[in-house]
Amino acid sequence: MAEETMGMGPIPKEEPIPKEKFTVIGTDDFSGDLIARPQVSYWADAWRRFRQNKIALVALVVLAVMVVMVIIGPHLNGIAFEEIDQDALNQGPSAEHWFGTDNLGRDLFSRVWQAGRVSIAIGIAGALISTVVGCIYGGIAAYFGGWVDTILMRIVEVLFSIPYLLIVILISVITDSRSIFSLMLALTLTGWCNTARLVRGQMLQLKNQEFVLAAQALGVSPWKIILKHMLPNTMSVILVAITFDIPNYIFSEAFLSYLGLGIAAPNTSWGALCSAAQQTFAFYPYQMFFPALLIALTMLSFTLLGDGLRDALDPKLRK
Amino acid sequence: MSETNTARQTDNIIEVTDLCKYFRVSRKATLKAVDHVNLTIRRGETLGLVGESGCGKTTCGRTMIRLYNPTSGTVKFNGQDISKLSGKELLQFKKNAQIIFQDPYASLDPRMTIGEIISEGMNVHFHYSEEEKRQRVNDLLHRVGLSQDYANRFAHELSGGQRQRIGIARALAVEPQFIVCDEPISALDVSIQAQVVNLLIKLQREDQLTYLFISHDLAMVKHISDRVGVMYLGNLVELSSNVALYDHPLHPYTKALISAIPTADPEEDMSARQIKLEGEVPSPINPPEGCRFRQRCRYACDRCAQETPALREVKPGHFVACHRCEELDEHPEENQ
Amino acid sequence: MEQILEVKDLHVSFNTYAGEVKAVRGVSFELNKGETLAFVGESGCGKTVTAKAILRLLKPPFAEIKEGSQILYQGRDVVHMDKKALSSYRGEEVSMIFQDPMTSLNPTMKIGKQIMESLRIHKHISKQEARKEAIELLRLVNIPSPETRVDSYPHELSGGMRQRVMIAIALACSPNILIADEPTTALDVTIQIQIMDLLKDLKTKLGTAIILVTHDLGVVANFADRVQVMYAGQVLERGTTKEIFEDSRHPYTWALLSSVPTLAKESKQELYALKGTPPDLILPLNHCPFAARCEHCMQICKERNPAETVLSETHRVSCWLQHPDAPRTLTFNGKEARS
Repeated sequence: MAEETMGMGPIPKEEPIPKEKFTVIGTDDFSGDLIARPQVSYWADAWRRFRQNKIALVALVVLAVMVVMVIIGPHLNGIAFEEIDQDALNQGPSAEHWFGTDNLGRDLFSRVWQAGRVSIAIGIAGALISTVVGCIYGGIAAYFGGWVDTILMRIVEVLFSIPYLLIVILISVITDSRSIFSLMLALTLTGWCNTARLVRGQMLQLKNQEFVLAAQALGVSPWKIILKHMLPNTMSVILVAITFDIPNYIFSEAFLSYLGLGIAAPNTSWGALCSAAQQTFAFYPYQMFFPALLIALTMLSFTLLGDGLRDALDPKLRK
Repeated sequence: MSETNTARQTDNIIEVTDLCKYFRVSRKATLKAVDHVNLTIRRGETLGLVGESGCGKTTCGRTMIRLYNPTSGTVKFNGQDISKLSGKELLQFKKNAQIIFQDPYASLDPRMTIGEIISEGMNVHFHYSEEEKRQRVNDLLHRVGLSQDYANRFAHELSGGQRQRIGIARALAVEPQFIVCDEPISALDVSIQAQVVNLLIKLQREDQLTYLFISHDLAMVKHISDRVGVMYLGNLVELSSNVALYDHPLHPYTKALISAIPTADPEEDMSARQIKLEGEVPSPINPPEGCRFRQRCRYACDRCAQETPALREVKPGHFVACHRCEELDEHPEENQ
Repeated sequence: MEQILEVKDLHVSFNTYAGEVKAVRGVSFELNKGETLAFVGESGCGKTVTAKAILRLLKPPFAEIKEGSQILYQGRDVVHMDKKALSSYRGEEVSMIFQDPMTSLNPTMKIGKQIMESLRIHKHISKQEARKEAIELLRLVNIPSPETRVDSYPHELSGGMRQRVMIAIALACSPNILIADEPTTALDVTIQIQIMDLLKDLKTKLGTAIILVTHDLGVVANFADRVQVMYAGQVLERGTTKEIFEDSRHPYTWALLSSVPTLAKESKQELYALKGTPPDLILPLNHCPFAARCEHCMQICKERNPAETVLSETHRVSCWLQHPDAPRTLTFNGKEARS
């Protein structure tokens, strides 16, 4: 036998090891096979990963402040948003009118937050409507498959190819109104198509997953499989889609209002504010600045939040 | 085969007759995943099903428990044609025939706790109270060698071997008679494979289960199976008892497969023993006419190209689909 | 024998949310010209991480080669190589093939172009010459009709063919070392033999040293010259293939060898199964990492890490059973564990 090197390495040679340490004690008890790491639920884990993304976290805070402001903002300085002050037309920002006044002497601070209510409400409502419709539609197409799927998806493609400006103009002509309702109708009429496609794609993938097959083999009813397996596992995709949809709707509304197809006075939205300010933009740029800033900030925050959520909810990134 | 014909029939838990499962790939192409397969599984035995990837073994197993509907042919479970079942009878069948999947990562819903996963089948088939259900889940976890603390955990917190145990517990929860084990060990480490196979053998003894054990690991199949079937490109090419198949394979493909099993012995000259196959498995979309193995078979003759060999009983209980297996068996060298 | 690669005290850590995962804990080995060294172990034992560290393929800051680790390629320090030196080191000196040939080939590029790409980066030759050489390489790895195959896309090839293409790309600049990370795991048995035969053939033809990373002891027995058995980021035993398979001294090696199912074994008997699972590498493990699962575990095993015992010029083992005070133990094939 070759030389013994016992005693080299981590153990100093001088230190003798007591003999009783060399009795065989055998393996540990693995009968229960315990795990060492603490229990982490799906959402707790997602929240942990979301928190690491500082930019998304800032976006979330900005949005939270924004929501608080559109709720309390219009009442903050005690001037109602539709109140006309003939003595203070087109005033710049001052102690009394924090963001200045418009050409009718209305306080812009109150108006901006009031407009924010409408814009954000349209964004959220639009996203929710298109998500609900899209989920049901895409879910049906994916689950039944075959010719049902083919027909439903062709319809989506046709709807997708119609320019939505055309639809908006048609609807405002037909309904002969410029209420929030007809605006919402116009925006969501084709808006759900994207979500439907997304949900269908995700569900088609899930349909062939082994855990869905296992549920089928156990005899779980199709309805329960959709509800308990397919939907929860599509949730992350849907949630991300919603956060990306909201700024889209806000922007579409702003765009339409800017063209004069949006909200009618005295109610207002960020787009309508910008539209009103553009005629006097050269003289009173602040009238344009505040609503434009808020549109940009909101859209940016939602987009960054969506990015953060997508990374946080991606099951492939879980460890 | 000492049993009488009638006794044999009642003994069979599964009878597969002329089973075909085709998938339409496009307007013109059809993928013949399973093509005219005949086999029976006896109650209480383990039938191993081996073959290379794409040979249709998984499709065959899934069709047997009606995860897929067969294109033609029948599968009889306890004498009943499973494609004719509906309503309560179908539910009863699903309770009796279960499956364990290959991928321990994809086969557990990531959003459910282990307890929810295991009790999913119970909710369908039994009317347990919450307390009974909890007790059952704990029992099952104990049977597959896990502590009851796992019930509140999520699948991603577990290792591959532990997840596979959960997959087994889920199948056992509905007290089945027959379980399709679809490559249950291929995704696991060697030391964990042995744990899972031991568990499967133990459970079979305790519950008198019948297994269809699908795998490409021939050594492991030999270990767990009573009889073994070999599939090639949608066809069953050989079916026989475990010992006969490994000691005395008759089909040229089986011979090559068995010779390819590496041994953990550096002294042995593998290359001398191995029968090397030329080329690779052709696509099942347009399989060759006649015998599907003939392009890679060094014994192929004209007859193999013209006529598809049927699975026939060459020796008692030993079925082979090869025109030349008898002559090759007697004089292997002359016929090359 | 001429030594071309030396790794000394390699430590690699992954920084995760739960803390530092020490994936490789002080691995040292050397590789001689033209020989085949196998890293054997279960998933998570650090064998792939070690292989990637040799090529510096680990992405900081998530993965980190710790200070004090040394990787010397023909005397050159790999750990501190700059970008330029690294790019010629990868490919020209050392190259790697991976387990899954589908994900390691670019699906939108013809295979010929993918081979030519690496040729043209490293060899600075014209397009025509590169194409000619690509065809030669495809011929070398036994791809039938290489002149037409050179214009195929990866999806037109079968798994075995793709792995051959991967080998061709890896060999494009005739490297001195080829690292093969589970090259046959994703392939069928009949194809596995073909690929292992090809590698064996190329080894004798080109004299390339091979590091074979695998969990398949059958492949190792028939292919490797030397073996190192890894567990929890450490090398527990190393030796020539013969020494490891016939005269292994570590209980973990015994367990690995016993759990290989063989055709000779009686069926439906209980298989030898190692209990439990490998330790979580987030733990410090200041004792023998295998202690918890070892049948021969002693009190000392749970307190201190054993030193490496030299059994022969090539055979070394880290186990307390080698200590003179340890009880007499028989190996799994009935030999005396300590002579």
